[in-house]
Amino acid sequence: MKQGLRAAGSAAMLACLLAGGAAAQTLVMGVGAPVTSLDPHYHQLSPNTAVAHMIFGGLTMTDSHARVVADLAESWRAVDETTWEFKLRTGVRFHNGSEFTAEDVAFTFQRVPNVPNSPSSYAIYTRPIRQVEIVDPLTIRLRTAAPYPLMPTDLASVMILDRETHAQATTEGFNAGPMAVGTGPFRMVSHRNGDRIEFERNETYWGTKPHWQRVTYRMITNDAARTAALLAGDVEVIDQVPTSDLAKLRADQRLTLAEVTGLRLIFLSLDHSRAENSPQVADNDGRPIRQNPLKDVRVRRALSIAIDRGAITERIMEGSAIPSGQFLPEGAFGYVPGLNPPRPDAEAARKLLAEAGFPNGFRLTLSGPNDRYPNDARIIQAIGQMWTRIGVRTTVEAQPWTSFVGRAARQELSAFLIGWGTSSGEASNPLRNLVATFDREKGYGASNRGRYSNPEVDRLTAAAMQELDDSKREELLRQATRVAFEDVGIIPLHIQKNAWAMRRGLTMDARADELTRAQDVRPAAPR
Amino acid sequence: MTVFLLRRLIQAAGVVLAMSLLVFLGVYAIGDPVEILISPEADQIERERAVKALGLDLPLWQQYLVFLGRALQGDLGRSFVFNEPALQLILQRMPATLELAFGATFVALLIGLPLGLYAGLRPKSPLSKGILAGSILGFSLPTFWVGLMLIMVFAVQLGWLPSTGRGETVEVLGMRWSFLTRDGLAHMVMPALNLSLFKISLVIRLTRAGVRETMLMDYVKFARAKGLSPSRVTFVHVFKNILIPVVTVVGLEFGGTIAFSVVTESVFAWPGMGKLIIDSINVLDRPVMVAYLMIIVLLFITINLVVDITYSVLDPRVRLEGKS
Repeated sequence: MKQGLRAAGSAAMLACLLAGGAAAQTLVMGVGAPVTSLDPHYHQLSPNTAVAHMIFGGLTMTDSHARVVADLAESWRAVDETTWEFKLRTGVRFHNGSEFTAEDVAFTFQRVPNVPNSPSSYAIYTRPIRQVEIVDPLTIRLRTAAPYPLMPTDLASVMILDRETHAQATTEGFNAGPMAVGTGPFRMVSHRNGDRIEFERNETYWGTKPHWQRVTYRMITNDAARTAALLAGDVEVIDQVPTSDLAKLRADQRLTLAEVTGLRLIFLSLDHSRAENSPQVADNDGRPIRQNPLKDVRVRRALSIAIDRGAITERIMEGSAIPSGQFLPEGAFGYVPGLNPPRPDAEAARKLLAEAGFPNGFRLTLSGPNDRYPNDARIIQAIGQMWTRIGVRTTVEAQPWTSFVGRAARQELSAFLIGWGTSSGEASNPLRNLVATFDREKGYGASNRGRYSNPEVDRLTAAAMQELDDSKREELLRQATRVAFEDVGIIPLHIQKNAWAMRRGLTMDARADELTRAQDVRPAAPR
Repeated sequence: MTVFLLRRLIQAAGVVLAMSLLVFLGVYAIGDPVEILISPEADQIERERAVKALGLDLPLWQQYLVFLGRALQGDLGRSFVFNEPALQLILQRMPATLELAFGATFVALLIGLPLGLYAGLRPKSPLSKGILAGSILGFSLPTFWVGLMLIMVFAVQLGWLPSTGRGETVEVLGMRWSFLTRDGLAHMVMPALNLSLFKISLVIRLTRAGVRETMLMDYVKFARAKGLSPSRVTFVHVFKNILIPVVTVVGLEFGGTIAFSVVTESVFAWPGMGKLIIDSINVLDRPVMVAYLMIIVLLFITINLVVDITYSVLDPRVRLEGKS
């Protein structure tokens, strides 16, 4: 009886929801990560980017598979080695009616590096631009010091502001509302910091207008509470579905899921920075080993093939990740066909260790965060056991991200798990940041926390960054990727799948770059 | 009295200063905010720029002095994450936390007092034993778990109450309050109940102990012997006298609720100060962390000062001590 009542109640509630949704065209979304700023040039962070995509627009944008497509620029081309020309879209207006022209683009590039107190600026995308030339109101040329093939990719991250409106705009002005004026598909109606943002449809949007007249974007950081809010019907879409809830939500008749293979690689980084006395490596009696075993490619390969990636993705990640042997999933720019995830082989791993002079293994500490990536602490525990099986007695140390990431960046850890989201969707991004030699002048290897260094990888990556021809560049990126992974510069584990859950009757264009945007959600076509 | 007050104020200022140093050092030791806040794609030049922009390139003692100098002028720094004054951010969130804390205290008294009274008056009845056993649950169940259970039962299964968030608000005195709207109240019920669970148990136990003690007092016996009705004895003679310790403890508990309703606020996505502090700790937003802790220190010092003054008014011995 109770069951029946409950089912009837749910059905009634669902009917209400469906009817209400269809008539009023409103959408309530629950997102897991707080939006920290509505100033699109203040703090580079995924949730901020997602909201910026709703309010503003860039010259280019990326589609759900992270391919660069046109936004406020209709077309672009490299005029010569060091000049990019962008043809702007005609008849585009900002939310306040102000017209969009090349002046606004030039103004934007001026503002980006000059936002006060920015904890993570977008200037890295505008820095290659040496000179901006306005050819006519709808044509702009950007000159660079050296050939820069990534210009259209990079500019997808730079939201265009209006010279008239935003000349004196402060970050507070954006957060409070009056300055949150862009060319995007939604207008911002109200913003309650860390709680919710309300939007309404931009009826004068130049592109395909979104289905929703009003959107409420709620921040519910607690995983269980977010899932509960969906089950209770308080929100209609949630992101960052916890892997442990996936099976239950999939079985729920009232709900549907949207999943896509993402661009975030989870990998292990090893200490390459020291030739001797790596801090968390010891021999079997606990004495330090003079020579750093992690500098030996045979040891690195042994550690890599000791890992059963399939077991991790199936059991720990419950199917919400795919094993990987490289930076990107199949189909991405620079993906290397045939560079597959290493097959687990404990026997071969032991043999490699013996060849390298460690027939009895050694001791190692494997660190990682416990609050950053799905199941992060459980993954390193599993790997610790897999390594111990081949003779590398592993101590596992999981710690909060806030203290972990600083230690990793200071090279205090010998082996650790970390992730990398390739938001640009092409291979030069992880090559430059993760495996290229740490070099302040070139700006390479800034996130290369293990300090891996291989001149061949550097050479191929640098060559690719000078190559404007797409197919030639992709070939160079593939070669560089292959060299880096054959040398086991980092140990790739898996690429995460991104999952959203929503009430039945909705459908969503699931994005590889993890962004949760209202324009990607619409009612499912009736069957 | 003036000397006493002056002495207490000087002591309080000393405590604030010592706490500011401790808080600053503690927050500094946790980790590097730039590593957390910066986009992973940022290159070395951008990282150096961010360190400088946030004022983290100075040595620690200089950072502290800069902080102290500004704090004396009422500026507790700007949030790294929001680029807004930390104090303003916290004050914006304060109404949400205040109304939740008031709600929880109200619920605690509303439920705790009658149950405690009953348990004290009829200690042998099975119902009293049940109440007492129940209060053990209130002390020992983790609020985190209870919060999720409340959501599962009342929001997901029964659909009576909204699962999370703060409802509609109205602006009174320049601040947004939600307890004045129906929707706002509906949103408040579960978090307030969750927050009050511990307090209900506390009030039950305090009231029960007080009643049992008072019932044996001579004046109660005398009142009974005089032939007063049991309800008059209970509500006038007993109740009034047990209220003093209850109110004192609940008042102190109230300060704790304002400061540390972190768990309840994050489970129910309640946009109060507790949620702000936990979000700020997650991204090492140092100015907000420091400002928050300083406000809490001030809050407790004020509460203690008020308690001390009240005692000195009530109890002459406290003042005499000061004079000798």
